[in-house]
Amino acid sequence: MADRQYELVYILPPDTTEQQVAELHEQVEGVVSRLSGQIEKTENWGRKRLAYQIGHHKEGVYVLDVIHGSGELMKELDRRLRVMDQVIRHMIVRVDEEKKVVERTRAKRQSESERRRVKRGLPPTRQPGEGRSIEIEDTDDDRFDGVEV
Amino acid sequence: MAFGQGRSSGGRGRGRGGDKKPGDKEKGQRRTLFRRRKVCKFCADKIDDINYKDVKLIGPFVPERGKILPRRISGTCAMHQRKLQTAIKRARQIALIPYVTD
Repeated sequence: MADRQYELVYILPPDTTEQQVAELHEQVEGVVSRLSGQIEKTENWGRKRLAYQIGHHKEGVYVLDVIHGSGELMKELDRRLRVMDQVIRHMIVRVDEEKKVVERTRAKRQSESERRRVKRGLPPTRQPGEGRSIEIEDTDDDRFDGVEV
Repeated sequence: MAFGQGRSSGGRGRGRGGDKKPGDKEKGQRRTLFRRRKVCKFCADKIDDINYKDVKLIGPFVPERGKILPRRISGTCAMHQRKLQTAIKRARQIALIPYVTD
């Protein structure tokens, strides 16, 4: 079965108690485990100000779940969250492919810099106290001022 | 040094064809001198992941009105602008960033 990683963010009304949050989380967990998925981690961001009003609410309790599972699971979860009236907003995003790309570029950059450093006869990783500080690099930019329009 | 030579020879070539006054070139250069070169923030800081949850990172690219800052102003490269765009749109969905503010 396709094992994909998703992120689910949902917003609850600001007057939700801890207990209600836990109850809802149990419901989500129930759906996830029933459709053979698993929750990797859960983050409660707590009460945050909303950037715009959602149904007369100006604040909301944010909860983030990172879920491993299939597309069917997320479809079911999405359907259920839409029906629940205590959830004022939710969003599901697939993240596994983006994470892969990010890791690949990071690894590529590191190996590339190591290769170049070794070629210059330096140790592969940057040593403390080596190179110029950031303030000096900033003035370095002025060299290009006339070139770019 | 090779860079400077190339530029001066190019200028002479242009002058032969169009009969420009010597003052013109200098004025043009001075105008561009004041403009600061824009650099893609994400390339410069080596930020690989533009995440919708990171409001601190995305925030500066969403001015007061709530519109996405265009590339010609922010100087972001095409790839990162695309990633930034999806991140902003996602952040808007979960009310971390406004759609519009009047």
